[in-house]
Amino acid sequence: MSDFAPAGDPVIPDYGQASDCVINNGAFCTDWFISQWSTVFWPPLISHIVMVAIAVSIGFVIAFCAGLLAYRKKWLAGPIGIAATFLYTLPPLALFQLLVPFTGLSLLTVEIALVCFTLVIIFQAVLVGLSGVPDDVRRAATGMGLDRNQLLFKVELPLALPSIVSGVRIATVLTVSIATIAAFVVDDGLGSPIIKAVSSPFNTQFIGAGALAVLLAFALDGLLVLLGRVLTPWTKARS
Amino acid sequence: MDVVFGAFPFMIDNVGLLLTKTGDHLVISLIPLLAAIVVGVPIGIWLGHAHRGEFLAVSVTNIGRALPSLALIAILIGFVGIGMLNAMIALFLLAFPPILSYAFQAVNSIDRDLTRAARGMGMSHGQVLLKVELPLGLPMIIAGIRTSAVLTVSSATIATIAGSGGLGDVILNQVAYGMEGVVAGAIWVAVLAILVDQAFALLLRVSAPAGVKRLQSTSVA
Repeated sequence: MSDFAPAGDPVIPDYGQASDCVINNGAFCTDWFISQWSTVFWPPLISHIVMVAIAVSIGFVIAFCAGLLAYRKKWLAGPIGIAATFLYTLPPLALFQLLVPFTGLSLLTVEIALVCFTLVIIFQAVLVGLSGVPDDVRRAATGMGLDRNQLLFKVELPLALPSIVSGVRIATVLTVSIATIAAFVVDDGLGSPIIKAVSSPFNTQFIGAGALAVLLAFALDGLLVLLGRVLTPWTKARS
Repeated sequence: MDVVFGAFPFMIDNVGLLLTKTGDHLVISLIPLLAAIVVGVPIGIWLGHAHRGEFLAVSVTNIGRALPSLALIAILIGFVGIGMLNAMIALFLLAFPPILSYAFQAVNSIDRDLTRAARGMGMSHGQVLLKVELPLGLPMIIAGIRTSAVLTVSSATIATIAGSGGLGDVILNQVAYGMEGVVAGAIWVAVLAILVDQAFALLLRVSAPAGVKRLQSTSVA
């Protein structure tokens, strides 16, 4: 034994052993996914849900009021509709980057853009729902002595509810999708593990985060379908 | 604010670059769109003509709408790897659902009285399809293609992370082009999307058969 042989612990610490799947960069390494869940996947999932929830709630409030206003003042519907179509055509990434010079690389930038997209869809859903109320129903309600507000809250809004719920549903799914792109602007949401994986391509991180985003969209979509059924029990009885 | 105004000199200085990237961008987005049209329109028309597969068409739409584009590209990186093919497959999967469901609705929702009348006049199934259902459904089929076209042009910007090239290269490369370049790219791609949308809107107006236009104008008046 030489005098220079290391005594005691080896100099290079033992970092543990990666599985074959991880070493070979397999398509999806379940063991890595589970062991990294709490650091790589869980926080982005939560921040994604929060981002979507904020955008859809704010968008809903604004779009609902704008929809009511446009329904009462018919001439407003045209200009708002045109603005909405143009906004809807904008690529989300372009809208994010165009807002960056004004609001910086912040959550505010992301939320403004997300709210814009939800706004367009929910506004149209509210308007379509309200305009779809049959005139006969409206006349019957007026004949029964309902005033304008009663007509709106007791007849028109309940009848417009299925359309409004489906608008919120589409808006939510779309927001889940666009919120992944938000990761180019802020380090938040399920897009961030995807973008981080680009510089050191690791398939499990791509597929794991991507699949979570898809599953989240489906889960929220399903939840809103259920909510729609609970809110409009009469549609089930009729069909 | 300066950055936004700086974007315009950038555009003038780099017209060549932007035009090349625009060309790439259109190639990446239009090839999957064409593929989706070739596959989706015939299937949609056939299902609509047979008045079958409503469930299929509706679920394909719902699933397609729920697919986040970036997630789709990321999942495909895992399976297909980095490159043009990845972006093309992803964009095809995004473009296909609207085209299929609009084509299906276009033919399926045509007034049954019209097709029955055509049958009663002695038209064969093929004639009903070619002379009645297709002309009447054409505007809606084109509306579906329009939706998908905007979607692919818009999503092609993100496909850059899969190494496909296009205007996303400029928007997502602040290190090389500076914030002016990023904003310039964003404006450029937004205008491109609006132009594509308006081009299809024009096609839509032209495509409605003369008889239908007359019907629409009388029913409105």
